[in-house]
Amino acid sequence: MSFLIAENMVGGYGGSDILKGCTIAVEKGEIVVIVGPNGAGKSTAMKAVFGMLDLREGSVRLGEDDITTLSPQERVRRGMGFVPQNNNVFSTMTVMENLEMGAYLREDDWSETLDQVFTLFPILKEKRQQDAGELSGGQRQQVAVARALMTRPQVLMLDEPTAGVSPIVMDELFDRIIEIRNTGIAILMVEQNAAQALAIADRGYVLVTGENRFSDSGQALLENDEVRRSFLGG
Amino acid sequence: MDDILNAIVLLTNFVIVPALAYGAQLALGALGVTIIFGILRFANFAHGDLMAFATMVVILVTWVLQDAGIGIAPLPTALIALPVGILAAIAISLFTDRCVYRFYRQKKSAPVIFVIASIGVMFMMNGIVRVIIGPDDQSFGDGARFLIQVTQFREWTGLKEGLAIKMSQALTLGVAVIAVAALFWFMQRTRAGKAMRAYSDNEDLALLSGVNPDRVVFYAWVIAATLATIAGTLYGLDKSFKPFTYFQLLLPIFAAAIVGGIGQPLGAIVGGFIVAFSEVTITYAYRKFLLYLLPAEWVPDGLVQFLSTDYKFAISFVILVVVLLVRPTGVFRGKVI
Repeated sequence: MSFLIAENMVGGYGGSDILKGCTIAVEKGEIVVIVGPNGAGKSTAMKAVFGMLDLREGSVRLGEDDITTLSPQERVRRGMGFVPQNNNVFSTMTVMENLEMGAYLREDDWSETLDQVFTLFPILKEKRQQDAGELSGGQRQQVAVARALMTRPQVLMLDEPTAGVSPIVMDELFDRIIEIRNTGIAILMVEQNAAQALAIADRGYVLVTGENRFSDSGQALLENDEVRRSFLGG
Repeated sequence: MDDILNAIVLLTNFVIVPALAYGAQLALGALGVTIIFGILRFANFAHGDLMAFATMVVILVTWVLQDAGIGIAPLPTALIALPVGILAAIAISLFTDRCVYRFYRQKKSAPVIFVIASIGVMFMMNGIVRVIIGPDDQSFGDGARFLIQVTQFREWTGLKEGLAIKMSQALTLGVAVIAVAALFWFMQRTRAGKAMRAYSDNEDLALLSGVNPDRVVFYAWVIAATLATIAGTLYGLDKSFKPFTYFQLLLPIFAAAIVGGIGQPLGAIVGGFIVAFSEVTITYAYRKFLLYLLPAEWVPDGLVQFLSTDYKFAISFVILVVVLLVRPTGVFRGKVI
């Protein structure tokens, strides 16, 4: 029984279903990557897991609880963090204020979490008084991840965290994500850069037209000829 | 030398001081419009009539206090009545939100629907005010009229021109500074203020951070209603109270909010002064001013007035159109309507 499991999800926008019975599960201290061709429903699956899309069938369970009908806000309260692909920072607010907004729901002392976040992303400590909108793309992604970490989530969901950043920044971001995993957080992410993402993943799902096509360890998927040919460009 | 001083005093008396006071009143009004735009994402056409409603309550309470002989001379009695007006304005704002805007919010209606709904609210509010206090001019100012009188000023300086500063003008600037400082402190320093800024910046992410949208909307109305009451009362003390004038104020207030960049509080303040100074400097007759500075034969025979005061609203309108054409985001890069 996985820590977070979304089973047999069916749903979409309006009339047609984008998800046709896909299942995604992630364990604490594990990186799970969802890859697949464009339009496979990767981002939709993420949204469904986070409650931003109503499911017609299937269920989402976190730990012992069924959270299928909970709102995204309620899921944040239950320990899920989400980093959207676009508009994922408050661009007119300072880095520090972004982090404060991440901790908005917390009533305990979050200075320790702040220290951890600054240790993970030292550049943010340096730029904490700058508006997030003035930062580079890679730094903005760091702010977005850091904001989500401020809620002290048990599951961190990332929707294409490396979209639009340079390969060097991508490697660095992946290193940080591994470090976050090592603190015992479950990480679920959708990635366009499939090969690099699978290389750091403990497990991966290949989604095609809203269904699971392959699910295996990251390494096994990378070595699978069919996956390589069809989805990783050789 | 005296001529130059006289010219400066003349300009200060008829242009700078009145424009500063008027600018502060517009800035307070524009702040309310900009905050509603930032949070509820529509241009609230009922803001001018909300100001009229709030000022009406202040006036009624002022009359009661005046009858009872309660006052704080030399300051106007209206200042004690202000809190009652603020509460009434908050109450009617929350009431209209509950009855009108909340419905469209739940339906996730387009901003233009909200705008049209606000025009309906505007007519309602307008009607209520006219039924209760009537369409005529009302005076409610009392206490000392002047902080500095023309004759006093002449005696002190020995200049031919005098400078008068009305109590209402000094009060306007003082109260505006306090209100703006309090607002910025709230927005920058408090948890609720930061939640409002976050919600205005990125609604989805604010919701993901656990910001409660109902609370944010509640605060937005409380702040807008408070600012509307202060702006309306100060304007009424400085000029006079007439419901129709408050409706007309909507244009310069919108111009101010858009010039500064709608959704940007700092922009609303700067915009208020830009509009006020444009209006006053363009409608002022400069003949006397020029007579001090130039030889008499160089000064034209006319009033040297660019536009008659009858056309002062045309100035706001032109500013509005030019800004929307040239720089729709306004000075401080607000949102584009």
